[in-house]
Amino acid sequence: MSPEKKGQMPVEINQKWCKACGLCYALCPKKVLEGDEWGKAFVAHPEDCIKCQTCEIMCPDLAVKVVALRKATKEDE
Amino acid sequence: MAEAWDFLRTDKMPHIWCPGCGHGVMMNALLRTMAKLDVNKDDICVVSGIGCASRLPGYLDFNTLHTTHGRALAFATGIKLANPRLKVIVVSGDGDATAIGGNHLIHAARRNMDITLICMNNNIYGMTNGQYSPMTPTSMLATTAPYGNLERNFDLCKLVEGCGANYVARATAAHPRNISQYIEYALTHKGFQFVEVMTQCPTYYGRRNKLGGPVEMINSLKQNTILNTAAAKLPPEKLEGKIQIGEFVKKEELTYLDRFDAMVDRITGGVKP
Repeated sequence: MSPEKKGQMPVEINQKWCKACGLCYALCPKKVLEGDEWGKAFVAHPEDCIKCQTCEIMCPDLAVKVVALRKATKEDE
Repeated sequence: MAEAWDFLRTDKMPHIWCPGCGHGVMMNALLRTMAKLDVNKDDICVVSGIGCASRLPGYLDFNTLHTTHGRALAFATGIKLANPRLKVIVVSGDGDATAIGGNHLIHAARRNMDITLICMNNNIYGMTNGQYSPMTPTSMLATTAPYGNLERNFDLCKLVEGCGANYVARATAAHPRNISQYIEYALTHKGFQFVEVMTQCPTYYGRRNKLGGPVEMINSLKQNTILNTAAAKLPPEKLEGKIQIGEFVKKEELTYLDRFDAMVDRITGGVKP
């Protein structure tokens, strides 16, 4: 698995769909995600992401996507 | 490989559910299962009644039907008999499936109709401002129970098991991987397949009972659950107040359609008309 390019985020958050419930950053085991002033999620520590997908699976609004995981599998193929 | 978002009507998003609603977690798990099974959109029909949970088919890009309150299973039975090749999934809330549609629930299970029922149990009627439902636990508060609910709630899995369903399982919104696993089993097997998903309603149930926001409710769901295989080894006093999750029934009994096909063969002597 190649390391992420500099500046590329492992997790993408669809800000239009995010409703600031806080589930993704409360349950993230590595605290990669944090809430902004409105409570909406953003990637604060991209280097800590272990791609466990907890944020993606727990998001009730389907607004979170672990893109790093998908890129890695595509390269492997 | 298909992605969860491929089965979503993205023009209808974001959905109407409140921030942190457990129904969203369940929809996420359902879409993930669909992506894993790589289903053909035309082979699936999702039916719902009325309520928060019943808004779900509106966001799914399958054949979908939004029906009258509690009658989703009745409509689904008709769909399955008219076109047995369709995989019929009913999504329903606790009020829809157990109160108004309670009769349809027990009889669909008794007939062992080839339908998958996913009941999202959030313990309350969320859409109509939080009245208590048959799934509200005793002494919990609701708009229509300001001093606490006097009634006892159903053990839904035991009820459906007693009615003769082929598959009965329970998961919670705090265990989305289990939801996916149970739905996958349900979709790949015949007969009446029942999956109860305990979800959180932070807006009405959580706020009125002072259970905190979505994060606190998810954490308490996580702490108060126990897998049924682990529960079987524990004494009953240790299981008080615990929600048992897991697969309770796994049978391969004859379904309604099996019996129907057998009857047609018997009458016609195997000759296709």
